[in-house]
Amino acid sequence: MDASSSVAHDPHHHHDDAHHEHHELGFWRKYVFSTDHKVIGIQYGISGLIFLFFGFCLMMVMRWQLAFPGTRLPLVGTMLENIFGPGAVTNGVMTPEFYNSLGAMHGTIMIFLGIVPVAFAAFGNFVVPLQIGAPDMTFPKINMASYWAFFAGGLVMLTSFFVPGGAAKGGWTSYTPLADIVDKGPTYHPIFNGQTLWLIGFILLITSSLLGAVNFIATIIQLRAKGMTWMRLPFFVWSQFVTAFLLLLAFPPLESAIVMQLMDRVAGTSFFLPTGLVVNGAQVSISGGGSPLLWQHLFWFLGHPEVYVLILPGMGIVAEVIANNSRKPLWGYKSLVLAALVLGFLSFIVWAHHMWLTGMGTSVSAFFQTTTMIISIPSVIILSAFFISLWGGSIRFTVPMLFATAFLPMFGIGGLTGIPLAFNSADLYLHDTYYVIAHFHYIVAPGTIFAVFAGVYYWFPKATGRKMSDFWGKVHFWPSLICMNAIFLPMFLQGMLGMHRRWYDGGQGWSLSAEKVWGLSGFHWNTPISIAAWVMGLAQIPFIINFFWSIRHGEKVDDNPWEATTLEWTAPSPPPHGNFVVPPVAYRGPYEYSLPGRAKDYTMQTEPVQPGERATHEPTMSFGH
Amino acid sequence: MEIPYTVTARPDTGLWNAKIGIWLFLASEVMLFGGLFSAYIFLRLDAEPGFWPHGLLNVPVGTMNTAILIASSVTVVLAWAALKMRQFNKYKIYMGITILCGVIFLVVKLAYEWPQKYEHFGAFIKTDKLEKYEKYLGNKHLLAEGLPPRVEITGHLHNPAALKDPNIKEYEIGLDQIYTDPTNKAMDRPHFLFVPPTDKVAMIEKADVERGTMFLPTHSTYFASYFTITGLHGLHVLGGVIVFTYLWLPAGSKLYRQNPEHLANRVEVAGLFWHFVDLVWIFVFPLFYLL
Repeated sequence: MDASSSVAHDPHHHHDDAHHEHHELGFWRKYVFSTDHKVIGIQYGISGLIFLFFGFCLMMVMRWQLAFPGTRLPLVGTMLENIFGPGAVTNGVMTPEFYNSLGAMHGTIMIFLGIVPVAFAAFGNFVVPLQIGAPDMTFPKINMASYWAFFAGGLVMLTSFFVPGGAAKGGWTSYTPLADIVDKGPTYHPIFNGQTLWLIGFILLITSSLLGAVNFIATIIQLRAKGMTWMRLPFFVWSQFVTAFLLLLAFPPLESAIVMQLMDRVAGTSFFLPTGLVVNGAQVSISGGGSPLLWQHLFWFLGHPEVYVLILPGMGIVAEVIANNSRKPLWGYKSLVLAALVLGFLSFIVWAHHMWLTGMGTSVSAFFQTTTMIISIPSVIILSAFFISLWGGSIRFTVPMLFATAFLPMFGIGGLTGIPLAFNSADLYLHDTYYVIAHFHYIVAPGTIFAVFAGVYYWFPKATGRKMSDFWGKVHFWPSLICMNAIFLPMFLQGMLGMHRRWYDGGQGWSLSAEKVWGLSGFHWNTPISIAAWVMGLAQIPFIINFFWSIRHGEKVDDNPWEATTLEWTAPSPPPHGNFVVPPVAYRGPYEYSLPGRAKDYTMQTEPVQPGERATHEPTMSFGH
Repeated sequence: MEIPYTVTARPDTGLWNAKIGIWLFLASEVMLFGGLFSAYIFLRLDAEPGFWPHGLLNVPVGTMNTAILIASSVTVVLAWAALKMRQFNKYKIYMGITILCGVIFLVVKLAYEWPQKYEHFGAFIKTDKLEKYEKYLGNKHLLAEGLPPRVEITGHLHNPAALKDPNIKEYEIGLDQIYTDPTNKAMDRPHFLFVPPTDKVAMIEKADVERGTMFLPTHSTYFASYFTITGLHGLHVLGGVIVFTYLWLPAGSKLYRQNPEHLANRVEVAGLFWHFVDLVWIFVFPLFYLL
């Protein structure tokens, strides 16, 4: 007797099910305070994308000051002066304090309110339970708490723009002793000042990421569907699994540092303040005995794993999109999984390579140089596996695939230009220059953000039942790709010319204006870079319109429009509460594309292995079962 | 579809959901306190000779609190075992004792130990004036013994107005015993038993004092770490007490009637957290009180 007839013969049971499924929640519980992983994922996604655009806007304003220092801000100058007052913008010209606020908040917002919520929390929440065949996350209420902690943290960060003195100015790294002593004094509120709110906002964000990370790991361990063994997990799930561990273990030391900085600022302790500290010509009345370097160690203990928190989910998305669009199994699945695990482990023992300039001593430097060299190996394994996956595939250049393929060389440039920075001696010259800015932006901007776009275009049909427009997707992609490179390639040059990353005047007042490359001095390169940044801002408009327009008006598609193999495509689009109509069972590996002797070029994970059939692509590993 | 394995274990992992959740959470907590303890180590190793105080905390009271916390870790296991044996009344008793222990710990900490510190005073003497107060400090004796120098005179401040009023030129300190007899070898090491300040009063000129302060977080990196770490630990104790109280009140009885195993699981998870809080204290106690 099959399942359908048993249901038909049991009307009472059927009624129960129907009653359960039709249990309607009110608007607030369904769309706002929802515990459904899909709604939370979408909430994270939309909030994160808004923060990404907001953080980018901060940079577009800063780019004016860098290209045309000391001139009136066009378009937004008067508006900003009206909102933030003459302390921020005087006669249409931004003040150095405001410039510093924008810089610090650009970094903070892009990383902690933009990329992490989108790449990790949004895609992880929406996709992971679907891909492992789970009805929801293990702890739905904690999941909701995670989003609202993030929301509160974001709100605190935004509020800090409007308090007297403006938002945090100590850089996104909040190095001490500066961060301990800024935004203090008679004109500042003891709590409601930029730097203190930054710390409070961070505590909320760390709480959010902790709750999320516990949930992700528990979900992946506990809620895998029947037959979904570890080696049948899509690579995206693996990448989220490792990322969750990084967040779980790397963020708390920063939280401890933040608690200590908060104590320094509010309770007058000296965790990060050295004995005999002199500020504005007067010795500060503090106990002293603290260590500014301690903050750097604790900050970068998070800071470096955070780099992999930013890139690993991106790699996971790219893996899914590449396998799907090259119609080939992902090359070297086992190596990818092991590389991701090794990457996660090693990312905990490389942090001090951000601190070469502090003079830690040769033995410490040698250790961190070595580990930094070693960590490039798993990164290269992952990138190589992606490139080889393309080889010999019948590639479909869909919009997600365009972004995913662009990710590869962009991430490659970002990674390779990091190697000089890994060496103590080379870094002494390049440290804190635009070379560093270009290096990590290549990883995060055309790297992770392109992967995020790939993911949005790829999973949009699952979330809405409709596809985003291909044409406008391409209008979004090509200018973005060109502008990204026009922005960041010249920055390598500026950095090698010695342009410091925190100059308020873009290097105009420095000898940077003397040496010329292709007819432009280091300072004058700011102009084309800024123009490219503004054009890239315009290039996002097609995406924004396409995104919102397609929710209601996009082309309707079936449950599996990309002809993909993984479990999320067996669920209805959009999936109902509880996700699957029948609990799915996985019979094979995640990337069974182009199996020989089949009518279709894809075989879904839920299709049972026929007698005599060899599941050719299934990766095996002894610990996987 | 309902979320599976909320109460019963998943066969291949052998775990129910909340159990893996709490272990992951505790891993993160280890890193949180790990960060604070490494800060402690960093600051202590960096401290100038004489600037890391010893013997300022009340060891017997700390020992008592340690015993109370360990006892509560035992009773929480007994409470869980009682639930597993479906002896609800026994559970109520053991859980009640656990909550009581947690509350006593907090009261001792907040109402006795911390205030005792706020009321204690220390004056760091300027380096070039140390000689002047040699009769209290006994640094020549300490030098001969190969011990770090004393740079601070502590005790009960008889004129607290001196802290604010610039017209008062001297601190009037009821000396701690150690400064009344500094060359006595018995004073080289901190006392185990708490000794209150003596009647002997020393007048210390404010001009000779680098910084005079009560034992607050601003006193030194030692007290900064002490208050931060014990404060954060106290918050954890408070969190545990709140959760236990919730499981002890009618909410617990209701769940017990519906699904006793579920309540046992919740107590187990909360108990794991409690053991962790206990474990943190096992590090805090020697680091701050004894070493």
